[in-house]
Amino acid sequence: MRHLRLGLMAATAVAAASFQIGTATAQEIVVGLQCDRTGPTQTVGTFLCPGYHDYVKLVNSKGGVKGHKIRVVEIDHEYKVPPGMEAYQRMKKEGAVVVAIYGTPHTQALTPLLHEDKIPGTSPGFGSAAAANGLKYPFLFPIAATYWSQGAAAVQFAKEQLGGVLKGKKIAFIYYDNPAGREPLPLLHKLRDMEGFELKEFAIPPPGVEMKVQVQDIARRYRADFVINHTFGKAPSVSINEFTRQGYPLNKMVGFVWAAGESNIMGAGGWSKAQGYYVLQMAGAGSDYDVLREIKALYKSEGKTPPKEMESTVYYNRGLMWAALALKAIENGLEMKGSGKLTGADVQKGFERIKDFSLGGILPPLNITPEDHEGGGWVQIFQVQGDGFVPVSKWMHGYRDVVMEMVRKGE
Amino acid sequence: MFHRESGYFKTTYKADMALYPLPIGKAAAVGFGVLFFVICPLLLGEYYLSIINIAAIAVVGALGLNILLGYTGQISIGHAAFMSVGAYTAANFAVHFDMPFWITLPAGGLMAAAIGVLVGLPSLRVKGLYLAIATLAAQFIIEWVLNHTPAISGGVQASIEMPRPVFFGIVLNTQAELYFFILPVTALAILATLNLVRSRLGRAFVAIRDQEIAAEIIGINVYRHKLMAFGISSFYAGITGVLYTYYFGIANYEAFQLPISIDYLAMVIIGGLGSVLGSIFGAVFVTLLPIGIRMFMETVGVFFVDGNYLAQVIAQMRLILFGGLIIFFLVIEPEGLNKLWQNIRNYFRVWPFSY
Repeated sequence: MRHLRLGLMAATAVAAASFQIGTATAQEIVVGLQCDRTGPTQTVGTFLCPGYHDYVKLVNSKGGVKGHKIRVVEIDHEYKVPPGMEAYQRMKKEGAVVVAIYGTPHTQALTPLLHEDKIPGTSPGFGSAAAANGLKYPFLFPIAATYWSQGAAAVQFAKEQLGGVLKGKKIAFIYYDNPAGREPLPLLHKLRDMEGFELKEFAIPPPGVEMKVQVQDIARRYRADFVINHTFGKAPSVSINEFTRQGYPLNKMVGFVWAAGESNIMGAGGWSKAQGYYVLQMAGAGSDYDVLREIKALYKSEGKTPPKEMESTVYYNRGLMWAALALKAIENGLEMKGSGKLTGADVQKGFERIKDFSLGGILPPLNITPEDHEGGGWVQIFQVQGDGFVPVSKWMHGYRDVVMEMVRKGE
Repeated sequence: MFHRESGYFKTTYKADMALYPLPIGKAAAVGFGVLFFVICPLLLGEYYLSIINIAAIAVVGALGLNILLGYTGQISIGHAAFMSVGAYTAANFAVHFDMPFWITLPAGGLMAAAIGVLVGLPSLRVKGLYLAIATLAAQFIIEWVLNHTPAISGGVQASIEMPRPVFFGIVLNTQAELYFFILPVTALAILATLNLVRSRLGRAFVAIRDQEIAAEIIGINVYRHKLMAFGISSFYAGITGVLYTYYFGIANYEAFQLPISIDYLAMVIIGGLGSVLGSIFGAVFVTLLPIGIRMFMETVGVFFVDGNYLAQVIAQMRLILFGGLIIFFLVIEPEGLNKLWQNIRNYFRVWPFSY
């Protein structure tokens, strides 16, 4: 009898195991990740994409999302559009249910395809700010503060720094002269008319390494009360040095999210050169978060050292954020679906149910709704103090009603 | 080996200048037509068709640049800028005037040609590297104008959403449908170039490339022909831009910046200057090789690299191998892939004999 029972148990175990092998591939969920590790923005991509992979690895080590293992299909597109299109088709072929897009022209080119194929795409910090309108772009999810929200938050912050009144104050907006650089302008004009401050725009021509004239003008002639810095690539580093050279205090300047990485500070010559510089962050900076400790512990348990990319916390944490939100959407989608094969449309619904998912404070308190795919336009303000970014505010947003009205109108 | 060249006697000049000097040429053309228009769409999935689409668009652009650089000997580093001219022209026509693709396509080409002739003007005075810089300036000027003229480029984002092409009431949406939109244009471009280079115009271009003074002495109006070369080349670039725009669904100058111009220069140099087949080889090589290397690394790389760093290694190895292969091919045959193909062909032509 005992033998029979043992035999039966063994047989069921074998059957279960073989069943698992049989369905292991069916249970796997594929996510797409477009990267730029070799193109003009490689300073971002080489840190951001490992963050994405590590979060997926962490979730998989805990058994995946509701028992489903996640597989990432990463393709590097060098910030060129045709390879990005090819990458998307490849991800679609592999059965991706969500695609992380990288790059503004890519976001614009892929938007109609996402809609046709019913695959949600995330574009944090890219694409047009009007895409936050989920009713118009149901399959595109900015999931982080767009340039309009960043502009609004920056003005809000300037107001707090300048004593609560902006009337008659002089604000300089220094920006990289390309479409993404100009995007906040309509919003800033609106806020200028509302708050009655003076706004002067200073364009930096690409590639953004020569801005002596503009900075001199801001610091010496215009004598701005506050500076909003919206530059990319090498330009933020140059701007930090240039403002210091002209004797303009860095604690009267706030940088947008792409002027806010460790690499930008290093490019300016290290932390000591950028003391006081304020930046906006779409995901928390620094390594004081539980999820980062978990990833480090995971590497330790494998007998490996944590990847050196983790030291560049700003971009690494952003990659983590992109992965966390995509996986949360998958989880929500699976929850709603119950059984059956998860599709892109389910994940799209899953995104629209993301609420109060902060992963221990590293993510903003997003509340993504069908109307608002930006989830509230949250940013957190950090300041360079000592050897790192120190948070100086809670997650915040500014002039939300103004931004949302522009999103609704699709200006 | 496969065919004999003897027994075909050309008794007229017309026969000597025919598009297909031998019957097998015609058979091969029909064969490729059947392969690409019937067999490929039937056998290949969406993904592989999308790769062919991207390569086919690049072929048109490479042909255009080869007419200018390979046949006429005038260098241009502004090829991508002419594409953006075509792209925005077509997008404006399609969005504001609701024009179908068979109008926007030539319109984009013609507008690019007009701008191209303008940019070609310095070629009347300057040569070689100096002309390269003059066309480089055109690249930046066109980019700047598009970036700062909302009337052309549609607002702060400098991008115009392009509707999908419509063919007799059918909206061409899927990769397979777009394939049948792009491939005929590419086929037409190849045919047109083949005919151009064996016409009087094409011969005049070659004469100018080889020796400008001699060309002038035998009665070729050098100025006119140089400008025509710029115009025709830019026309191809404009068509390429329109195809990209329909394919991406958006006209955006950021897709047509300086690195893209360099890519196209690389295509014609790797493929072979002054040959139609070379343009095709070069465009296909530059488009497909990175994809091929990536697929290779994805299959083989897992055995050598820790999973964690695989993505980083694939991305970097792609650049290294790509650069290495370009050097390799240019070292074994400086005249490009086309010459390499000629060598192979000549070897097998008399095989198993050596001559």
